[in-house]
Amino acid sequence: MKLLNLILIAIAAIRRNKFRSFLTMLGIVIGVGAVIAMLAIGNGSSASIRATISSMGTNLINIMPASQSQGGVRQSRSSSQTLDLEDVEYLQNNSTLINAISPELDSNGQIVYGSSNWPTQIYSGNQDYLLIKKYEIESGRVYSEKEIKNAAKVCLVGKTVIENIFDEGVDPIGESIRFEIIPLIIIGTLREKGDNTFGQDQDDMILAPYTTVQKRIMRQQYLRAIVVSAKSVDAIEETSAEIETLLRTSHRLTDSDEDDFEIRTQEELISNFGSISDMMLVLLGSIAAISLVVGGIGIMNIMYVSVTERTREIGLRMAMGGKGRDILRQFLLEAMLLSILGGIIGVGVGVLASTIVEAVLNWPILITLNSVVLSFLFCTLIGVFFGWYPASKAAALNPIEALRHE
Amino acid sequence: MNIAQQINKNNVILSLVDIHKYYHVGGETIKALNGINLSIKEGEFVAIMGASGSGKSTLLNILGCLDVPSMGEYQVSGTSVKELSKNQLADIRNQNIGFVFQSYNLLPRTSALENVELPLLYNPNIGSAERRERAEAALTAVGLKERMHHLSNQMSGGQQQRVAIARSIVNDPVVIFADEATGNLDTETSYEIMRLFQKLNEEGMTICSVTHEPDIATFTKRMVVFRDGFIVKDEKIHPSDIVLSQASSTSGFMD
Ligand SMILES: Nc1ncnc2c1ncn2[C@@H]1O[C@H](COP(=O)(O)OP(=O)(O)O)[C@@H](O)[C@H]1O
Ligand SMILES: [Mg+2]
Repeated sequence: MKLLNLILIAIAAIRRNKFRSFLTMLGIVIGVGAVIAMLAIGNGSSASIRATISSMGTNLINIMPASQSQGGVRQSRSSSQTLDLEDVEYLQNNSTLINAISPELDSNGQIVYGSSNWPTQIYSGNQDYLLIKKYEIESGRVYSEKEIKNAAKVCLVGKTVIENIFDEGVDPIGESIRFEIIPLIIIGTLREKGDNTFGQDQDDMILAPYTTVQKRIMRQQYLRAIVVSAKSVDAIEETSAEIETLLRTSHRLTDSDEDDFEIRTQEELISNFGSISDMMLVLLGSIAAISLVVGGIGIMNIMYVSVTERTREIGLRMAMGGKGRDILRQFLLEAMLLSILGGIIGVGVGVLASTIVEAVLNWPILITLNSVVLSFLFCTLIGVFFGWYPASKAAALNPIEALRHE
Repeated sequence: MNIAQQINKNNVILSLVDIHKYYHVGGETIKALNGINLSIKEGEFVAIMGASGSGKSTLLNILGCLDVPSMGEYQVSGTSVKELSKNQLADIRNQNIGFVFQSYNLLPRTSALENVELPLLYNPNIGSAERRERAEAALTAVGLKERMHHLSNQMSGGQQQRVAIARSIVNDPVVIFADEATGNLDTETSYEIMRLFQKLNEEGMTICSVTHEPDIATFTKRMVVFRDGFIVKDEKIHPSDIVLSQASSTSGFMD
């Protein structure tokens, strides 16, 4: 039998049974649409999480004092005193893998400027601190080495702080503010960073030389953390391992001692978030897969009913010279055409649904070519797979029995 | 293979020798045919008669290559169907045999033309132009030239059966088998259909028609009567009978 004739027969049969064909397609449309929309939402949120984390500095390594237990009482991290400037210096002199390193101290406090005040956080580090933590200068300048040495009363301010203590149009540079009781001159402003993954405002802060915070504000020798940037994201693990070895040596820890510090990398954070977003993707994917299978079963159902309903037609076709394989191919082709057509409509529906989700719920979406191709192929396969059984049943019919069928 | 080209010298195109057909239903054997001997020559118009359950349809199915006998020899123009595969039987049905059924068996919501084209779609040697041409010719031959594009389900029973007859002749078969073709039609329409068969027969078509109504059988030239799977009577119909039965209707073809 000629392929063209087969196609003519299949198309005629689909057109003859418009409603049934529509129902068959509906399963596929919903299946493909759901898969595309779910994957778009899953991929979109996972991509936005990754983007946020990477803006936080992906090759960042945080070294913090370990929370120690003393006599059964667990001390808070800030009260543990295991990291100091000597550690920074030691790492700087001995590490081969570190790209940049800075001490870090931070503290909460009120900023006062004239009659306005604002509760915020003061961060501090050396000049590399900005590079490591991905801060950029909007205007003005960073503190100089000399200012660090002198514990100069200077600072850089974030956008949120500026908005809350200055009137609009006032140039903050050169202005003098107070952090608690310490007066500080603003020498620069920081470029806006937006919220981080936790929804924390990264612009609600001021930045000062670590010496200033250490000596004038907190009056403590110990550091809250040491921040390091690795040469690349791939080098993070190696760099962390080196830091651990070096610090254990300089802290004179024996093999039986636990680390008195803790190394945290963004990689962990990324992989934590990554696994959360992967989980979400798997969850959404499973829902989508279930809807696909349900759609497929719908196809099988309707195809199956269709074979029963069309038994006489099959008998007639056989009496007119149709062979078993012609009948099989006709039904398979019908299933395929419906699946493909349903798949195409489903892609449209999926893209539309994703766009609506993005517009109405303001969720990030990401439609990848992969997800479209994958779901389309998968659905077509499901359509053909579930079309196969009823089709082979039709092909195996005895023409006389089929013709006698009521 | 065109059977018409292989007609032997007696013009016998279908020959049945000691045909038996058994059905096995739940451990029980139903003997539907019990040794049938029958030859049908080219150009014959045969009525197969008998009570319900006497084996008429069973025989017609075997003759039409829809089924094979349990025992005995059936030859279509010298070729034994025993030696043919399922697909070869399908090819014979497609190219050499026409069927007309009691319930028309047209595809619903499909035009008369498309219905008539159906058998040709299964013949790879016929292109779309020839298919259309032959279907139109067949519909013209049954008097439905004006209704080619009507949908099958919007036609009367008689018109539907004419479409079915057009479908049965579209492949230019050696023989047409009709199983109770007039069974669903009123008397007047039945006669029209039988006259159509007569016309086709006069043009050379061999026709084998199952019926249990004697007045329908009188339109044919030969009557084969069945009882319990046996042939109990096989005789020519005298022209006087025909004149008698057709006296009731003198008008020509009507739609
Ligand atoms: N597919 C079948 N399975 C079992 N028995 C059948 C089948 N077809 C026909 N028969 C039996 O064979 C006998 C002849 O049937 P059939 O040829 O249909 O008779 P007719 O057409 O003369 O009414 C009947 O007894 C019928 O019940
Ligand atoms: Mg019968």
